Amino acid sequence: MNPLLKARNLTKLFGKGCSQCLEQTGPDQETNLCPRCGTVVACADVSFDLYPNEVLGIVGESGSGKSTLVRMTHFEWEATSGELYLSKDVLPENLARQLADEDDPYTQNLLTLSSFQQRQVRNALMGMVYQNPYLGLRMNVSSGGNIAERLLGAGWRHIGKMRDRAASLLEKTEISPARMDEPPKNFSGGMQQRVQIAKALSNNPQLLLLDEVTTGLDLSVQARVLDLIRSLQREFQLSLLVVSHDLGVINLLCTRTMVMKYGRTVEAGLTDQILQDPQHRYTQLLVASRL
Amino acid sequence: MLTVERLSKNFDVHILGDKRIAGCRQISFEVNEGEFVALSGPSGAGKSTILKCLYRTYLPTEGKVRYQNQEGKEVDLARADERTVIDLRHREIGYVSQFLEVVPRVPALEVVMEPMLSRNGTNPEEAREQAEELLRSLMIPESLWDAYPATFSGGEQQRINIARALGWQPRLLLLDEPTASLDRDSVAIVLNLLKELRQRGTTMVGIFHDKNVMRATADRVISVGTARKESHV
Ligand SMILES: Nc1ncnc2c1ncn2[C@@H]1O[C@H](COP(=O)(O)OP(=O)(O)O)[C@@H](O)[C@H]1O
Ligand SMILES: [Mg+2]
Ligand SMILES: [Zn+2]
Repeated sequence: MNPLLKARNLTKLFGKGCSQCLEQTGPDQETNLCPRCGTVVACADVSFDLYPNEVLGIVGESGSGKSTLVRMTHFEWEATSGELYLSKDVLPENLARQLADEDDPYTQNLLTLSSFQQRQVRNALMGMVYQNPYLGLRMNVSSGGNIAERLLGAGWRHIGKMRDRAASLLEKTEISPARMDEPPKNFSGGMQQRVQIAKALSNNPQLLLLDEVTTGLDLSVQARVLDLIRSLQREFQLSLLVVSHDLGVINLLCTRTMVMKYGRTVEAGLTDQILQDPQHRYTQLLVASRL
Repeated sequence: MLTVERLSKNFDVHILGDKRIAGCRQISFEVNEGEFVALSGPSGAGKSTILKCLYRTYLPTEGKVRYQNQEGKEVDLARADERTVIDLRHREIGYVSQFLEVVPRVPALEVVMEPMLSRNGTNPEEAREQAEELLRSLMIPESLWDAYPATFSGGEQQRINIARALGWQPRLLLLDEPTASLDRDSVAIVLNLLKELRQRGTTMVGIFHDKNVMRATADRVISVGTARKESHV
């Protein structure tokens, strides 16, 4: 089986950068701040493959570059350098024809596309759920309206059909469709995350990006959201990129895991191996400090 | 089917002042298709480490784990890439220990059905029947089938573990003291199930701390520890 998504050397610098930025930062230097020019090396040389129907975890403490990595993958933040390729199989035919040579199973580097094309790719197959529901939802627009907005972006036009779709998505994420006309600001944190998930699923994405989606929720609410994610992943055979600082979440959802620190991947492997036989000093610390 | 060659595992603990802990050293043995081989030795000799290296929960430090897969292709489990290992775990190699390793908030019956559905592609009705039969034979009361195993007693959890591990009939099954906290009757039941599984062709490598249990099940015992030599039952 071939990867659905191939990411190569994703790098993001905040600052003007200098020739020393990469050498002077990273886990060995114990900083992501270049001492010479003050640039933040948020993410450097991070590569991964994500396979169809696979759940890949990215774990690391706050500031390690996890969100930056996801934002680049979602085309929200422009990468300083790096490459991103999608398997042509998962793209609608017209996009596949535009973005890849006939005999190439992968697209050209998506990071160099125009933002219009990137939006097309995103609408065709990505969904994103943020830790902060304010980033993923318009809090004053009805929940159904939030979903309809996304459907409009994906080319839907018929109001009645959009409403039906919104109702069924909300039902899937365990929100009563009777509440679809209420804005998310009326809802609890756990419900807001479920509306976000419903919205993220509205375009039938193959690839769902989840950035700390249960962080900050009560434990019992976390459990429900995680169970929901697990069952949706199975039902729709989704590929997930799961970002979390919580090894419990990673252990529950992910078969493979990448560990990040100061913008670098320090270690990657089978999740049970990462948890039971961590190789890198930092991973060992992380595992040892599990609650 | 399995040839372990000079397998060693060290744990390099970088925290708390860089220590190196020896897990197992220079272990070599072979397992033929259809065989049931037991690993024996004093506690701390590295038996569980060996099994976890075979399953790749531990990353071997040195040596080879040559595994002949279903298609007759050789894979070095010590070095195989993660996707290959995931695939083998999904299709051929099972692991069961005395500790409950299931997803929380999934009812017992589903825990047992899940690998049959996802790995064997058994249809749901058939999987349910097989799972019920297994749970019944393991004397798990019907009232618990819809409950979450995390709330079960140690012995019940262990039997759920076993049911899950046996139900999908893996080609190679690694067993780490699966009967450790079971009462005598349950042990007898489990041993019977293992016997049946073998008759259907599953190869096994197991650790049993009870010598009688070991002798009752294994064709061959491999000693791990100071002497580290092979002996026959
Ligand atoms: N817009 C920004 N400007 C400057 N630095 C940023 C910006 N966004 C993130 N960073 C820095 O990049 C690093 C990685 O951050 P982030 O990707 O959010 O980490 P994580 O998601 O792992 O917590 C941090 O040092 C963070 O402060
Ligand atoms: Mg973050
Ligand atoms: Zn610099």
